[in-house]
Amino acid sequence: MNTRKTFRMDGRTIPFEDGQSIIDAALAAGEYIPHLCHNPEFTPHGSCRVCTVDVDGRMVSACTQPAAEGQQVVNNSDPVNHYRRRLLQMLFVEGNHVCPGCEKSGACQLQAVAYYTGMLAPHFTHFFPRREVDASHPDTVIDFNRCILCELCVRASRDVDGKNVFSISGRGIQSRLIINSNTGRLGDSDYDRADKAASVCPVGAILPKHQGYEVPIGERLYDQRPISVVGDVAQAKQGDNGDG
Amino acid sequence: MNPASDAGIFTERLLNEGGAQATDLLQYLCSIQQHYSCIPPQAVETLARVLALTPSVVLGVIEFYSFLHRTPRGQFDILVSDSITDQMLGSRDLLQRLCDRLGVCVSQPGSDGRATVATTSCTGMCDQGPALLINGQVVTRVDNERLDRIVALVQAGSPLEDWPQDWFSVSDNVYRRDQLLDEHSANGDSLRVLLDRGAADLLQELDDSGLRGRGGAGFSTALKWKLCRDASADERYVVCNADEGEPGTFKDRVLLQSWADTVFEGMTLCAGIIGARRGFLYLRGEYRYLLDSLHTALENRRASGLLGSAILGEPGFDFDIDIHLGAGAYICGEESALIESLEGKRGIPRIRPPFPVTSGYRNRPTVVNNVETFMAAVRIAEHGSAWFRSKGTAQSPGTKLLSISGDCRDRGVYEYPLGVSIEEVLSDCGADDVQAVQVAGAAGRTLPPAEFGRTLAFEDVATGGSFMVFDHTRDVLDVVQNFTRFFAHESCGFCTPCRVGGSLLRDLVDKLHDGHGSEYDIREMRDIAGLMQAASHCGLGHTAPAPVLDLLDHFPDVWRQRLAAGGFEPSFDIDAALSEAKQLTGRDHSGGRMGGDV
Amino acid sequence: MADKIRIATAPLAGCFGCHMSLLDIDERLLDLIEVAEFDCSPLNDFKRVGSADIGLIEGGVANTENVETLRDFRRHCRILVAVGACAVNGGIPAMRNQFDLRDCLEESYVNGIGVENPMIPNDPEIPLLLDKVHPIHEVVKIDYFLPGCPPSADSIWTFLTELIEGRPVSFPYTQIHYD
Repeated sequence: MNTRKTFRMDGRTIPFEDGQSIIDAALAAGEYIPHLCHNPEFTPHGSCRVCTVDVDGRMVSACTQPAAEGQQVVNNSDPVNHYRRRLLQMLFVEGNHVCPGCEKSGACQLQAVAYYTGMLAPHFTHFFPRREVDASHPDTVIDFNRCILCELCVRASRDVDGKNVFSISGRGIQSRLIINSNTGRLGDSDYDRADKAASVCPVGAILPKHQGYEVPIGERLYDQRPISVVGDVAQAKQGDNGDG
Repeated sequence: MNPASDAGIFTERLLNEGGAQATDLLQYLCSIQQHYSCIPPQAVETLARVLALTPSVVLGVIEFYSFLHRTPRGQFDILVSDSITDQMLGSRDLLQRLCDRLGVCVSQPGSDGRATVATTSCTGMCDQGPALLINGQVVTRVDNERLDRIVALVQAGSPLEDWPQDWFSVSDNVYRRDQLLDEHSANGDSLRVLLDRGAADLLQELDDSGLRGRGGAGFSTALKWKLCRDASADERYVVCNADEGEPGTFKDRVLLQSWADTVFEGMTLCAGIIGARRGFLYLRGEYRYLLDSLHTALENRRASGLLGSAILGEPGFDFDIDIHLGAGAYICGEESALIESLEGKRGIPRIRPPFPVTSGYRNRPTVVNNVETFMAAVRIAEHGSAWFRSKGTAQSPGTKLLSISGDCRDRGVYEYPLGVSIEEVLSDCGADDVQAVQVAGAAGRTLPPAEFGRTLAFEDVATGGSFMVFDHTRDVLDVVQNFTRFFAHESCGFCTPCRVGGSLLRDLVDKLHDGHGSEYDIREMRDIAGLMQAASHCGLGHTAPAPVLDLLDHFPDVWRQRLAAGGFEPSFDIDAALSEAKQLTGRDHSGGRMGGDV
Repeated sequence: MADKIRIATAPLAGCFGCHMSLLDIDERLLDLIEVAEFDCSPLNDFKRVGSADIGLIEGGVANTENVETLRDFRRHCRILVAVGACAVNGGIPAMRNQFDLRDCLEESYVNGIGVENPMIPNDPEIPLLLDKVHPIHEVVKIDYFLPGCPPSADSIWTFLTELIEGRPVSFPYTQIHYD
């Protein structure tokens, strides 16, 4: 066991298995690296870039970078935190994130990571895109205003549910989540509330109906304790997450 | 034609003829688009059913590529090349004239369904612009007179075959030849060398030559081929990257037009060395006009025993080449995005590692090289590494093709030994009074005269071949605006910094360009640019801010005189934001102009 | 008295909830008054900003009056603070940005249920609407942001005391929230 491979992160020695990413090794060792599109249950994606860390002087995403012997990783520094805040702010201005009007507020990973990094405002010029809300399904509502294109629902539906309900269309800033049905609406797709895809959304884009405010504001997942302590939305126990 | 009734049947037939592989999805879509000027819903349904994809995945592919559309584009789909060099030759006026004469708005089909007019990213005709693409065919050297005749033919509904054919001619315009361009033939000599000496020996020769990838990144070609050869796999692939999308680059187009044999031989040589049986030429959609001549060249090589089974009679030396078309997506020049596109998908760059040399097309080891690299490999096999090293520098042996455009006398292709100075190139092409040179395209460097003593080489100013000249009559901010808009348009949208940051940067450059930029905005640009360089998923995001940073660093006089007074300006035009309310209420704001007083 | 910190506050396109939250600091108001005095504010009903050290802005920018007030504050306040969700990102009022202004006005004043004498109001006294509601940092330079809908009295207190005492502003975890 003494021969186990390790890298260094912010002064701590982190053990890792061959093939493990920096983020998975760090999380396993109890070290939190902020992230949105990463979920250890799925193949690494690397799109949100919020898990950007400094590895031997180079910025890389910790979810796609394989851990390697002797790496020097900086997870907590002014430049790294600045980059992360700016990335989060980009996600906030790209969509329409009206936290006071969102059922997910308090149990939203975008919000929680933003709290963790000390983001006070979205900083950039808002895009105010015009996007739809799809309430066609009896159990679930999709609010495209809040989608951050993490593709967790795409991956869950494809890789776990075997349904391919979700996919990405468009390009660049026009990229958008679409639903596979003849009308493009969720109610006409194969989606079911028991699907894995129903429980992986880190934000308020895929929301269960009929339970919006069961957990009051103030008592929700991230209201009292930070995400570095509480963990991800997708890992929180059902009924514990207050996300309605 | 009636899209509603026969698009499904047409698609079925294409699928039957083509073997119905999901990896060919993009190729089917290109054919359907060409036939219907859109992808009708029945085609989407048929493709999805037969290829076992979901319709939403097919839609995702359609909406990724600029040349594919879900609604009809009109009988004549006219795209005006929007490269900065086309603009300098008057393309924007032509665009306006075209819309006026045809009575259409940009990107909207006219009510009669006759024509659509829109802009497109650089078509690679910078030496003979302004250029148009009409139903995928290139028209070069467009002036008002030619444009008016085009309008008349469009209005008459005259098929392209009946148009004057010289309009479609594309010239080589080669002004300087050296190691690569001095010879035209490629009749298998390099392949005979391979058979004589063996793959290991020839790979060593290639290694000795010091050949580095001509796409601009400069990775050792021999090492790439060796890594692929050594990777264990049941299949290997050779891919020629002819997605020449970097604005201002057109030398690959010339090679494919007049040296295609050599390019194909280079791919075959690579196949022989790494043990590949199948290769692809990924041809950008803008170069569709080359398809016929390229297919003929492939046929001739098959007939001569230089392609196909038992090449040169050697049992087991089997290799053939397919041509895959792109469909208007700059990102597909990135090798892993290109491979995704080859597989019929959206061109999203893959996570690396693994690199294509171990896991590329269909997750098999794949060599992806630039057109020019394959050509150089042929010449090295024929003439040896010492011959190759007789030109260029120690770190950058050999020659490099440059595509020269912009403000100079002789626009075209020049072959120089690497290590040539920018000054010398400028002098040779007849450029006077130069304000700036853009080397390596939009993703490259914008250099002022103080930097013209520098050399084109991997160890100094690396380049994939674009060389755009701007004299003092030009506004450098026009150039930077064009490039920044280009990158925002071409971002694949996968990662946050490039997708959002690229658009934020575009808006700030527009603001500065229009005289509303402030010192605060300059700091913002640097901040966003730094984030994009550090945190983007691929090279597009890493290089997209380069024109902005070069502007800020090298051309301070240009942007300083455009700054608005005061340290801060609103992010939007307040007067414009009031115009709708003024119109709705029929009154003016009593306080007059709101804009810009804080 | 002369060296007291001067605070001005203004409501733009918001609900006045942030001002209510400011009052929620309750008896701490007495502590505040020891070191600060109010320039113009809805709390004292002075209408025009004179000169202030700290300007607190609630609400986003929805019309010409908002623009003028905000600019006036920027000119006369040394430190300008965006207070609350609407000032920070447009908030609930900015949800109208999903629609054309014409549709909003016609829905309210022309097609709405129970509308009498349907017409889009055009009295010159009424400020003209911008086509979108904007957060205030898109119109003037903002020095500090205090998120929340509303920011809690505690976070307002933390912010004001640390700012007035010249310390770097930092909040305990539970005092940063966007809802």
